[in-house]
Amino acid sequence: MTTTTDLVSYEDALASYDPVMGLEVHVELGTKTKMFCGCSTALGAEPNSQTCPTCLGLPGSLPVVNATGVESAIRIGLALNCEIAEWCRFARKNYFYPDMPKNFQTSQYDEPIAFNGYLDVQLEDGETFRVEIERAHMEEDTGKSTHVGGATGRIHGASHSLLDYNRAGIPLIEIVTKPIVGAGERAPEVAKAYVRELRELIRALGVSEARMEMGQMRCDVNLSLMPKGSEKFGTRSETKNVNSLRSVERAARYEIQRHAAVLDGGGKVIQETRHFHEDTGSTTSGRTKEEAEDYRYFPEPDLVPVAPPREWVEELRAALPELPLVRRTRLLEEWGISATDMQAILNAGALDPIVATIEAGADAASARKWWMGELARHANESGKALDELSITPEQVARVAKLVAAGDLNDKLARQVIEGVLAGEGTPDEVVEKRGLKVVSDEGALTAAVDEAIAGNPAVADKIRGGKVAAAGALVGAVMKATRGQADAARVKELILEKLGVSEG
Amino acid sequence: MPGITREEVAHLARLARLELKPEELDHFAGQLDDIIGAVARVSEVADQDVPPTSHPLPLTNVMRADEVRPSLTPEQALSGAPAQEQQRFKVPQILGEE
Repeated sequence: MTTTTDLVSYEDALASYDPVMGLEVHVELGTKTKMFCGCSTALGAEPNSQTCPTCLGLPGSLPVVNATGVESAIRIGLALNCEIAEWCRFARKNYFYPDMPKNFQTSQYDEPIAFNGYLDVQLEDGETFRVEIERAHMEEDTGKSTHVGGATGRIHGASHSLLDYNRAGIPLIEIVTKPIVGAGERAPEVAKAYVRELRELIRALGVSEARMEMGQMRCDVNLSLMPKGSEKFGTRSETKNVNSLRSVERAARYEIQRHAAVLDGGGKVIQETRHFHEDTGSTTSGRTKEEAEDYRYFPEPDLVPVAPPREWVEELRAALPELPLVRRTRLLEEWGISATDMQAILNAGALDPIVATIEAGADAASARKWWMGELARHANESGKALDELSITPEQVARVAKLVAAGDLNDKLARQVIEGVLAGEGTPDEVVEKRGLKVVSDEGALTAAVDEAIAGNPAVADKIRGGKVAAAGALVGAVMKATRGQADAARVKELILEKLGVSEG
Repeated sequence: MPGITREEVAHLARLARLELKPEELDHFAGQLDDIIGAVARVSEVADQDVPPTSHPLPLTNVMRADEVRPSLTPEQALSGAPAQEQQRFKVPQILGEE
């Protein structure tokens, strides 16, 4: 692929055009079994060991829908403020491609289980943008193809392909937005914020871990441009399987620049699917989009309609957990922090660890301080996520409590955390092994203070004369003498007491 | 009455991956016309008060609990495969699409 694509600068593109986006997100549910049969969905099984006549599409087999799959779909719909269908059916989406052994995918067509909702998302600066939801429907995942013989293991130049159907039939919920208009230059940011908010929502519901890097959540980005002031949508491209938050933003941005170049040159955007390339941040042409009618959707005759009783729907609605945006807004108020602070916490993946640390007994300020400071730095340096560090929120809470009780100062606490991360044991074990207790023995401290005063008579005189700020030098001397293990605040108190000065 | 054209038959044949000869296109166009015409007669008797049916039984909400059932062994699953490799179904080169 050596062809170069013309791009217009992002600023110039936005000066002439308004982007319109449509986002389709597929979420793989975390059910134990597939959508229409009892095969396990466990990861890492050997190839084709989790299949049966139903998910292989063998003659005479009959699908039966997974109750938990339907329940999860309804809960997602409710959390997205959707209406829930009183009655809906599955449909066959017919296509010939070896990733589906049945030659059709069981999906929903014109009767989705949930429709007409919205999701409020928060941008980096705390501004809220409402993304309207068109529908959320139930379907099934496809098998996994491995292409053999191509130079890069990709489909191009492959001599044949190998299929593992373990994944074929795993429940998927496809969530489709209405056209997102009016985001202007922030469109890529809105796309990213939407996918992130949706991921948080899915996790809060507990219906999937929604790990994008594992393909449990994938996003297709539909994008078109229309000349500024126009209300008629342009021709869209559909960038498939964009598999990280950052890529969602980059793909939208790239397509805005590419479309603008095509339109500026007097050309027409081709309606097609495109592939996003992580390495270059660019997209390349895939296949020309088949017309929807070519899928020859028709109602699935082997499955009966789903008609969720209203009492069930209301029960599920009442049992929804606190939703992520509501929770963040509440915590922001409780902690007394700004939207920007909260965004930083969210970006760092620190929200859940902080909450867990507070639940384990730490005060909010220390929990935030440790996770966003010392631990964020460690995570950054080791290239890990915060929740992958080898320290638990309970352990961080224990450190915070030791500091609050005056047993540790911040400097010692950092060493304790270092010790825990290095696998030296629990905070208490590290304190013990490294001998990190603050010297709280008043006798020892008083002796060190006396010594510092005796050794620095000139400084002592200044303090006696009212220069309280000079006490810092004596505190330093005491800290040095106790190898940092004294409580600095208490040392200062003692010094001032001895010299008969009061602070303030 | 519907009038199925030759082009429509060719399009359907392509979607169904069927290779039809020119004379077959004409032949099937006529046959499909007859079939669709026969089915269309249903709408003559089905009035507004008869909802479309996709299932003969008046059932809804037939679901199963999310409990794992035994799967086939990989050997059983692959027993009908025309070709296999690395415990996977082996299929010819996939053209044109990804």
